[in-house]
Amino acid sequence: MTTDAATASGLSPTLAENEPLLSLRGINKSFGVIHVLKDVDFDCYAGKVTALVGDNGAGKSTLIKGIAGIYPFDSGSYVFQGEEVHVHSPKAASALGIEVVYQDLALCDNLDVVHNMFLGRELKTGLTLDETTMERRATETLSGLSVRTLKSVRTQVSRLSGGQRQTVAIARAVLWNSKLVILDEPTAALGVAQTEQVLQLVRRLADSGLGVILISHNMNDVMQVSDTIAALYLGQLVAHVRAQDVNNSQVVELITAGRSGDLGLPPEAAKEAVA
Amino acid sequence: MTTTTAEVTGAGTPEPEHESTGATLRSAISDYFAKLRGGDVGALPAVLGFVALVILFSALRPDTFATRLNWANLLNQSAAVIFIAMGLVFVLLLGEIDLSAGFTAGTSAVILAVLMTQQGWSWYTAAVVALLAGAAIGLAIGMLVAWLGIPSFVVTLAAFLALQGVMLAIIGSGGTIPIRDETILKIMNNQMSPTLSWAMWVVVVVGYALVVLLGLRSRRAAGLPVGSPVLPLLRVLVLAVLLGAVVVLFNQERSINPALKSLKGVPVIVPVTVAFVVVLTFVLSRTSFGRHVYAVGGNAEAARRAGINVNRVKIACFMIGSTLAAFGGILLASRDNSVSPSTGGAQTLLYAVGAAVIGGTSLFGGKGRVIDAIVGGLVVAVIANGLPLITQKSEIQFIITGLVLLLAAVVDALSRRRAAVTGR
Repeated sequence: MTTDAATASGLSPTLAENEPLLSLRGINKSFGVIHVLKDVDFDCYAGKVTALVGDNGAGKSTLIKGIAGIYPFDSGSYVFQGEEVHVHSPKAASALGIEVVYQDLALCDNLDVVHNMFLGRELKTGLTLDETTMERRATETLSGLSVRTLKSVRTQVSRLSGGQRQTVAIARAVLWNSKLVILDEPTAALGVAQTEQVLQLVRRLADSGLGVILISHNMNDVMQVSDTIAALYLGQLVAHVRAQDVNNSQVVELITAGRSGDLGLPPEAAKEAVA
Repeated sequence: MTTTTAEVTGAGTPEPEHESTGATLRSAISDYFAKLRGGDVGALPAVLGFVALVILFSALRPDTFATRLNWANLLNQSAAVIFIAMGLVFVLLLGEIDLSAGFTAGTSAVILAVLMTQQGWSWYTAAVVALLAGAAIGLAIGMLVAWLGIPSFVVTLAAFLALQGVMLAIIGSGGTIPIRDETILKIMNNQMSPTLSWAMWVVVVVGYALVVLLGLRSRRAAGLPVGSPVLPLLRVLVLAVLLGAVVVLFNQERSINPALKSLKGVPVIVPVTVAFVVVLTFVLSRTSFGRHVYAVGGNAEAARRAGINVNRVKIACFMIGSTLAAFGGILLASRDNSVSPSTGGAQTLLYAVGAAVIGGTSLFGGKGRVIDAIVGGLVVAVIANGLPLITQKSEIQFIITGLVLLLAAVVDALSRRRAAVTGR
């Protein structure tokens, strides 16, 4: 499964193992006088779930939106699949294979699952929509993600549960030969069982060779599903650690104080960051 | 052809369903009732309302309402409203409204009349200019709504007033311009021969059956689940019977004095309307533009993020709406044999909005079909035609018509709440 999918997403197995899929170096971003991102270095690997954690205002959204091309970074290098790229629009990000699933999912309730997955990128034969091919590909993508919770891909999205909606939004993101999927708080609005389903889906995405960036406030989710954890603290990336090397409370310390024992900022830098 | 993760892994190609026809039919029926309970009532209230009203009026006024001549009248009275309503469906799908549609029709009718009768233009150049005028009005409204973000309610209310002024300015107050052109008059005043009427029946029924069968075949060929073929074929049968009944009804002599002038056959406006319904339904349900219209009406922000040019879709819908209103204006001119400053005024707009909403198009956007305008338009026409036969008092007619429109809006709002409750 892993090798097949890695080939499908255009990665040679060696590249997926060694070189980061996405590599940001020295990223800065300011809005007016507010310096939101300060010399951020960030890596994300194919086949791995990278959790991006940080308190409100730490700069998570800014980092994500920069990666997705909603606004460009002020300075720093953006290397994707080993090549320096310039991403100045969401379209450019999509063309590289970077898809974002935002917290509000951006689904049209009045359309069915297939229509939503192909929204804005409908397949056509001549003038008319190619409904059969779209439905077939939607079904294949969903079953490729081992999604069994949807009764029919022709169900209107308004009839789906929160977890099912999240599933549809994620499936839409991977439909387009994408290589990196960014998930913004995918479990925030879900119950226990549905959270479990979505986390399993997140794990399967990575196992199939995609790079996954997971933004979450929920430490249980982060510890359960991620391979590495990157902590942002007041605009600085203070630590990027393997999930198995840290425990729950260390991550919380990194988020709230910027340091935890030997991890994160040196003590004096942590104080400066606040000032 | 791009490859997806799923295609390469090749997991879980769906098995074609092998359930027995009876079981799938039963599940199709139970799905339908689940949809109704979920608040998605579609055109059902309008169809039931139409049947109930026809029975009511026929029982109360058998010798004036349920006559062959009056059935033809009914179509004549409803045609323009139906065309304006078909245009409004596009605007309502966005969650917007066009209050100026009635006077857009009027303005186009005035332009048609002035160009033909006073300037001596041929009917087709005059008609093209009238339709272009409609498109231009829609373009202006659409740009103001999409680019400046003014609520469509305000923009079209302004247009509602201004267009009345334009009509008065062109005609001069109290003036009436007669229409003498044969072709324009024929649209609303002529009928096809009985043979041609049956030919129309064959074309429509066979055409619809072909679309249904080809759709089923391509799904089967692609290995997608194919529900029971009984239900779609039942729809073909229902269409065949209903349209057949219309043809039988209109193919009988309906002239009061057949010796003087024979009146037989389906009115010309029927095939014209059918052609528009087919084309517009195709646009809304089979093209990416149509899909984008629903997307913008359902969740404009999601549509924008999916890369859809929301402003362009909005402007296009207002243009389609106003152009269809302009066509309705030509029908009004044809029906009345003349154009006056009140053409397209009075209840025209309210009837058109009522037609679309009664037919099942939502005022909240994202839900509606072109055919809704037909079903709703016929309900409105039956009320407008039948009420005066029962009571001469216009105060009662106004109140009842108002209540019917309100009732349709209530059904719309309730079904929306119901959908919100059962959605999760």
